[in-house]
Amino acid sequence: MAELKLTDVEKVYGGTVRVLSDINLDIETGELIVFVGPSGCGKSTLLRMIAGLEKITGGTLEIDGQVVNDVPPSQRGIAMVFQSYALYPHMTVYENMAFSLRIARLDKASIDKKVRAAADKLQLTDFLDRLPKALSGGQRQRVAIGRSIVRDPKVYLFDEPLSNLDAALRVATRIEIAQLKEQMPDSTMVYVTHDQVEAMTLATRIVVLAGGGIAQVGTPLDLYERPNSTFVAQFIGSPAMNLLAGKIVGTGETTTLELAEGSGQVTSNYPSREGDMGAEVQVGIRPEDMIATEDDTFAFQGKVEITEALGEVTLLYFQKSAPDHNAVIGKLSGIHPGLRGKSVRLTAKPEKVHVFRDGISLLHRDGSVFVPGVQPH
Amino acid sequence: MPVIVTGLITILVGVGGMVAYFWVSNYLLDQVIYPARGENIGRNVRRATAIRPWLFVFPAVFALGLYLVVPVFYSGWLSVTSFASENLAARGRFANYAAIFSSGGFRIALLNNFLWVLVVPAASTFFGLMAAQLTDRLSWGNIAKSLVFMPMAISFVGASLIWSFVYHPDPEIGILNALRTAFGAGRGITFIDGDIVDSFWLMVVLIWIQTGFAMVILSAALRGVPEDTIEAAIIDGANPFQIFFKIKVPQIMPTILVVWTTITILVLKVYDIVAAMGNQYRNLEILPTQMMQSFDSGNYGFATAISVVIMVLVLPVMIWNIRQSRAEMR
Repeated sequence: MAELKLTDVEKVYGGTVRVLSDINLDIETGELIVFVGPSGCGKSTLLRMIAGLEKITGGTLEIDGQVVNDVPPSQRGIAMVFQSYALYPHMTVYENMAFSLRIARLDKASIDKKVRAAADKLQLTDFLDRLPKALSGGQRQRVAIGRSIVRDPKVYLFDEPLSNLDAALRVATRIEIAQLKEQMPDSTMVYVTHDQVEAMTLATRIVVLAGGGIAQVGTPLDLYERPNSTFVAQFIGSPAMNLLAGKIVGTGETTTLELAEGSGQVTSNYPSREGDMGAEVQVGIRPEDMIATEDDTFAFQGKVEITEALGEVTLLYFQKSAPDHNAVIGKLSGIHPGLRGKSVRLTAKPEKVHVFRDGISLLHRDGSVFVPGVQPH
Repeated sequence: MPVIVTGLITILVGVGGMVAYFWVSNYLLDQVIYPARGENIGRNVRRATAIRPWLFVFPAVFALGLYLVVPVFYSGWLSVTSFASENLAARGRFANYAAIFSSGGFRIALLNNFLWVLVVPAASTFFGLMAAQLTDRLSWGNIAKSLVFMPMAISFVGASLIWSFVYHPDPEIGILNALRTAFGAGRGITFIDGDIVDSFWLMVVLIWIQTGFAMVILSAALRGVPEDTIEAAIIDGANPFQIFFKIKVPQIMPTILVVWTTITILVLKVYDIVAAMGNQYRNLEILPTQMMQSFDSGNYGFATAISVVIMVLVLPVMIWNIRQSRAEMR
């Protein structure tokens, strides 16, 4: 139904404080775009700018080809679900959902039809006469979504809609939102969260925002498998990707790397150029891609300081080689008792080894990559 | 002895006496009656803890009892036992009530009181709400609020004096008449000359004072309305008027009601303004001024009967007010 186009959008507060700049983004009809990023990265601000609650101080925002920078929120064809739900506490569920339609002076019969249809879709029919305070968190959330649905918007905006729910309900509601999206394949959704599980499970594409700009845009698995910078590499995935200092010792279709610590060697499927020979790089290996090995060709060897046995996996926290280094973390599947205090060698398969030069992935160095000047966590 | 010395001595005796009371009573409780030692130490500590709040509350309960509760019952008693004449006494227990209700002056006072209750709380709350909303986002809003609130700091009699000047018939003195003459009117008019509708001029004074009170409370309440319900309404397409009347006002309705009833209670008790501005006119009288007149002329039976009527009128509003503010706190 709608495509959303952001061109050179920026947000400057009071003429001096620049919170967002050079935001360029094309969102196609039917996409569910998730904005993720560390707190303070401006993801909610960007969403509120799309909604019209914050002024766009530079660049243009188009919805369906029409520039809407100066169009009031109610005429942009958007609907928003707030983190706190923002239900009107003095109105019943029915009145909450009917409010925008009454403001728009629709006739009673069609208001009733729309509200009941939305209530039916969200299993709220039994609660229409209740006040929000008589509802559970999950039900309130559904009313907030219902309030959006009745307006039949071109674009749905979600501002951290699940963060006020407890863990179990969050999973259930996340699945409900995914199902809702499937029922409405033509509707475009923009979803803000700081929870990367939500981002990975819901998104058709993820926009990683950090340091006032877009760090990377891509499908969830794209970001996971081919992060363009060390920032995205460490932001997506939990625990964060290990970054080990290393040197390129073999170039070509695949790259051979020698690790600075322990002088182990690994091969990466990332291609490299001849000029890269001897370059100092960062070798990224996700904890879950680490494999214990007895071989002499290992990526990392270290003493296990702490283990966390979660049953399905065992997390190994290695002793730091220097106080300012991040601890290397390994995630081995299954149960591995008695590793604490032992020295363990780890390696990884070539397709799981990422290589970053100056913070930028060797796969992405031909494009322009925005490297946020902040730590991911 | 100079007044200042007696004043200081009174303060010292009062404060010192209270400190001594708390210290001695707690000492007795902890050391003599239930000492925190010996074989019953657990029981003693528990009992001392249970009794201690009463030690602290006692002075207040005692003072309120002496000066509030006892007079209420005594007034009630006087109203059915004290009669100004043998003739009245012969007509039974409730002769005072029968007499005041059949007097024309009392009925006018009752009607006036009714008008005051109808107009002043409504107008104060309305203007207070408007002032609160209109000053909310202004850069100079706080200055405006201070100005609106300032009359709260003026005594009722002082305010009556100010407004007596405002209403003054001489255009050289009264600003209203000055304005009239500025627009071409010949002579000044007398605003308050004993017409029954002149009560409204007096009500203006109290509205002027109470608007500040309403504004301060309602302003805080408006700030408490969640910002995102307002943003949700903006997205839903509501205009500023709809946001105010359909989103903000309903959410602060409990506070509005508390403000309304608080002012109602005050209005039922108001005395000074009428005494200062309209004392010579029977048509402007309200119940408290009638009460004072009976009291001044030594007719305690009438005075207490009127006071009981006032209490009966205030009581339901009061109860409702307390309930409402408790509900709001929850």
